[in-house]
Amino acid sequence: MNKKLVSNILFYVLVTGIALIVLFPFLWMLSSSFKTQVDIISWPPKLFFEPTLRNYQKVFEEQDFLKYFLNSTIVGVASVGFSLILGLPAAYSIARYAQKKLAVFILLARLMPGISFLVPWYIVFSRLDLMDSYVALILSHMLISLPIVVWIMTTYFNTIPREMEESAMVDGATRQYAFYAIILPLSGPGIITATTLSFIFSWNNFMFSQVLSMEKTKTLPIAVYNFLSYAEVDWGGVMAAAVAIMTPAIILTMVFQKYVVKGLTMGAVKG
Amino acid sequence: MIQSSFTERNLKILFPLPAIIFVAMLMVFPVLYTLFLSFTNWNLTSGAPLSFVGFRSYARVLTEPRFLDALARTFAFTFFAVVIEGVLGVAIAIILNRAFVGKSVAKLLLLLPLVATPVAVGIVFNLFFDPTIGLANFILKSTGLPQGLWISSAASVLPSLIIVDVWQWTPMITLIVLAGLAGMSNEPIEAAHVDGASEWQILRYVTIPMLMPVILTAVILRLIDALKTFDIIFAMTGGGPGYASETLNIMGYKYSFEYFRMGQSSVILVVLFLVVFGCSLGIMKLRASSEI
Repeated sequence: MNKKLVSNILFYVLVTGIALIVLFPFLWMLSSSFKTQVDIISWPPKLFFEPTLRNYQKVFEEQDFLKYFLNSTIVGVASVGFSLILGLPAAYSIARYAQKKLAVFILLARLMPGISFLVPWYIVFSRLDLMDSYVALILSHMLISLPIVVWIMTTYFNTIPREMEESAMVDGATRQYAFYAIILPLSGPGIITATTLSFIFSWNNFMFSQVLSMEKTKTLPIAVYNFLSYAEVDWGGVMAAAVAIMTPAIILTMVFQKYVVKGLTMGAVKG
Repeated sequence: MIQSSFTERNLKILFPLPAIIFVAMLMVFPVLYTLFLSFTNWNLTSGAPLSFVGFRSYARVLTEPRFLDALARTFAFTFFAVVIEGVLGVAIAIILNRAFVGKSVAKLLLLLPLVATPVAVGIVFNLFFDPTIGLANFILKSTGLPQGLWISSAASVLPSLIIVDVWQWTPMITLIVLAGLAGMSNEPIEAAHVDGASEWQILRYVTIPMLMPVILTAVILRLIDALKTFDIIFAMTGGGPGYASETLNIMGYKYSFEYFRMGQSSVILVVLFLVVFGCSLGIMKLRASSEI
């Protein structure tokens, strides 16, 4: 009895410790974003301080973060949308005709280092006068989201019994019609998982935008990074920028928690 | 009645065709183009026309100490990060694998590092590791330990970056292993209980061996991503101090987009590609043979 109590206490101490380590950088980032520069560089670090909104003002008023916010959203939404258009039929075909090689081919885009595509992209997009354009960014981000869509949706379509469309086909429907009218309406959960995950990955992507975008189409991760390089000592502003970029992804994750977990763990666990 | 239009008969190929064309244009063509460039001496800043030099760029880059260091560093970073993440990730999953108050909150918390923007994570840890105002040294000081230079010193920069990677990606392994544990049959464990095995023995001889395929896949997924780590290194150190944290990915980036030596950078990118491709291929073979 006593032993059980001790082990329970030990367990909660351990879990709290883990939670604190996970949370700590977020809390620290949040608190620093409300600190004045003086409070940030004071030693020892201050736990209690008078909060200021000055850093957020700097980020949104002086740095034009709203524009970068909008850019990230445009690129994220468009790349995920087009990836769904290309990826859903592809995943259906892979699932129903067991096209394993094709699946591997598309998944390679997820495994290969992005930088091995970047030099040719840079050259070709420059020639086509597409540097700093939404087109180039959206295309590059599609290479992130398409494999995610195909991976998640192939797995998902495999869980839908073939009888679903086959019974419709017996009644004279084409397979194409059955896919759009029967299978897709059943695929909500899979599509939510794929959409959420690929949007977050696009949102967080740094390397592609760093090379392909300039002032006009600059996305948030680049803006945050630039903030660091030319405002090297303005930690409060940088932290406010970091909070601003992480908040949408975290909110999405909280809302779609179940789907995000499923997407991240899918495939590793047989399913 | 079976309608047998052209589309219908060729759905198998037509449905994935746009995706195939897309991947061919944005992935296959660029990789081949990079391979082609690696046999040239193309340099965007010199303005000289591109000319074929055979394996000369390879000979030059592959013998350069900076490259060999970056290659070794890439493997070292990956190895230590993934081993630590694997051990911690599995351990945490086993700890959390029981019903307790606040389990759903704990699982939500585990998701947060995974969705946090890596560049921003890097920046937050930059402040954390700052030798004079950072919390890392404050913690060391309050516990009486000697303070460190963290990412400001060549000796400690790589371990510091590994700490960040471990913080961000250990939860990934934990979540995958937790999902594996949830889908595992309880019978062997109960049988072991009946046979009088201790908790430790059950863990060591029943649970972990049964989980091995899941653990392996989780670790492998991490390994492939760790080889390509870019954002946190770029944001935190840019490969410095000196070249002390320069991995292949960072070096390839600098050669391409800071020095514009496309011929030589392509050699680096081909090597990185082969390293990742080789690992992925080996892994797929492994998965196929073990029927995971």
